[in-house]
Amino acid sequence: MSQQTDAPASATYQHAIYPDARGRFGEFGGRFVPESLMSALDELEREFNRALKDDAFLTELRLQERTYSGRPTPLYFAPRLSQRVGARVYLKREDLAHTGAHKINNALGQGLLAQRMGKRRVIAETGAGQHGVATATIAAKLGMQCVVYMGEEDIRRQSLNVFRMKLLGAEVRPVSSGSRTLKDATNEAMRDWVTNVANTFYIIGSAVGPHPYPQMVRAFQSVIGQEARAQIQEAEGRLPDLIIACVGGGSNAIGIFYPFAGDASVRLVGVEAGGDGVTTGRHSATLVAGRPGVLHGAMSYLLQDDDGQVIETHSISAGLDYPGVGPEHSYLKATGRATYASADDAAALRAFQTLCADEGIIPALESSHAVAHLLALGERGDLRDDQVVIVNLSGRGDKDINTVADALGVSLT
Amino acid sequence: MAETTTSSAPIAAAFARARAERRVALIPYVMAGYPDEASSEAIAVALGQAGADVIELGVPFTDPLADGATIQHASQRALEQGMSARRALALAGRIHAQIATPLVLMGYYNPILNIGLERFCADAASAGVAGLIVPDLPPEESEPLRSAAATHNIELIFLVTPTSPDTRIAQVAQVAQAASKTGGGFIYCVSLSGVTGARDQLPDTLPAFIARVRAQISLPLAIGFSVSKPAHIAQIGQIADGAVVASALINAVDAATPAERVATAVSFLRGLQSSAGLE
Repeated sequence: MSQQTDAPASATYQHAIYPDARGRFGEFGGRFVPESLMSALDELEREFNRALKDDAFLTELRLQERTYSGRPTPLYFAPRLSQRVGARVYLKREDLAHTGAHKINNALGQGLLAQRMGKRRVIAETGAGQHGVATATIAAKLGMQCVVYMGEEDIRRQSLNVFRMKLLGAEVRPVSSGSRTLKDATNEAMRDWVTNVANTFYIIGSAVGPHPYPQMVRAFQSVIGQEARAQIQEAEGRLPDLIIACVGGGSNAIGIFYPFAGDASVRLVGVEAGGDGVTTGRHSATLVAGRPGVLHGAMSYLLQDDDGQVIETHSISAGLDYPGVGPEHSYLKATGRATYASADDAAALRAFQTLCADEGIIPALESSHAVAHLLALGERGDLRDDQVVIVNLSGRGDKDINTVADALGVSLT
Repeated sequence: MAETTTSSAPIAAAFARARAERRVALIPYVMAGYPDEASSEAIAVALGQAGADVIELGVPFTDPLADGATIQHASQRALEQGMSARRALALAGRIHAQIATPLVLMGYYNPILNIGLERFCADAASAGVAGLIVPDLPPEESEPLRSAAATHNIELIFLVTPTSPDTRIAQVAQVAQAASKTGGGFIYCVSLSGVTGARDQLPDTLPAFIARVRAQISLPLAIGFSVSKPAHIAQIGQIADGAVVASALINAVDAATPAERVATAVSFLRGLQSSAGLE
């Protein structure tokens, strides 16, 4: 099916026209939220569209990206990794952005929008804690009150990020319902927003949620792909053959995919978390193993049971441990413009170690899934020496050291 | 009480009867499968026999993002004990076989979508369900379910909130009136910007909000979210046609011993009924 087709599906992929006026990417997306939020979403959509046409807003965004977030991030040619897999491999170094991941791009953009809208309180959900840290960072910088919802299970495995958020002045509220991970943190953040909608801006961390969030997150993350496009042209004099990015909700992936979406020669591959293996049922591979449904305000692929109840997911990486996915990825899958694969926990862990040893870069466990797919392609002999590949290294792995030590049976105490 | 009206538009008939009897229509909520399946059936039947005007039957969902702690917990426990959207439909059928009280299902969109909109509405109609409330389905996204519900004479009931500007209330009015083939639904007025849950006070802003709704919508208005005690029912009687009581009823039943659950639910309803009469 779409997984096997090679490329020219871009004929049917109309990236420039979506989302449409109803917030749809084809049949996906939309606005499935309680009535309480509808007028807030209308207002958000209006202000977002105004901001994007406002030179002062855009100038400020670019200035802060450069002087605060540390953009542009480098596009690094990885020689030993290239040799290992048999292709010319570049890493887009989002791990070098302020706070250690691409999440700052979106938190900065939405934070500036919140400021422009006069909101004094921001809330966020977080899984691995990277989006929570990015939001807490921007709230501190802009002098806003910040509340971050985080599942108890994630608080346990990402205690370092919890402490970082508190240092940055945010209140971290533990969420004990359901699977106590990102999905439940998102429910709780939505409930907070419903309750405090008049004075609160909800900074959603991924390309998910009701319209206009997927579009807005794409807009603020596309800086990744725009930079990578210019950088690869300069380094190689041409576009890449393949771009690989990990997908949880899909914000780093849409950020690097979108500026290349109109280039049919560039293959786009998203890599989901295979957990214990897609056949075990303990995974987070929504696009690979799910079917369309509605969660957190949008129609998209969803991991659900026979009754339409949302399934508890599993991944070694808290940031990918989510049963939904951004609606634009569902559309990219449906049109065949992008394909989606999975890498399991063990493969991600091996990729983590390989990147440490080969390139002296400690990647986030999330990003390690993208590296794992690259390694798998190399091992299968699916790459050629003259092919140019970009892997989006969405974040750095300092936050994951405890998890990795655990998985490797090493005691740090 | 015209029987013909009752069969074609049971919800409208229920509101009309309450109005004729000069009282607020009371709409208790029972979560399907909570505290367990048999108890939820027994409680719903007893509430119907005790004179509830409409019964709202909750369909549990893993991610009830419009709900506060009480209904979240009830939903989670119901699912853990094997309740599902399909079983809730069967339960509705059994309840309907025992009482004439109109049944309204309240559930999130995904389990309905999963069964299939047409299939769900057909099965709901067979079970005797008169109406459907889907808290995460705003008018803009409601067209597919609206047509399926209309085909099976089920009223799709829309919500308005204090954050709905007049333009949106007008939009809800238009969609709700068009959706109702029989003109037989009601409008669910959410009392505050927030999630479901029993609260001590109704918001001071409620009369002004209801006046804004009344100015544009001729369907009966029921107020829900926060409603927890007889004094609230008396307040609601001043401004609206009905009251939905959910979390407070669940809390009351939770506090009872298993043997006293049904009696506790009935006595809770009786307490509300004592304040439902209009001056």
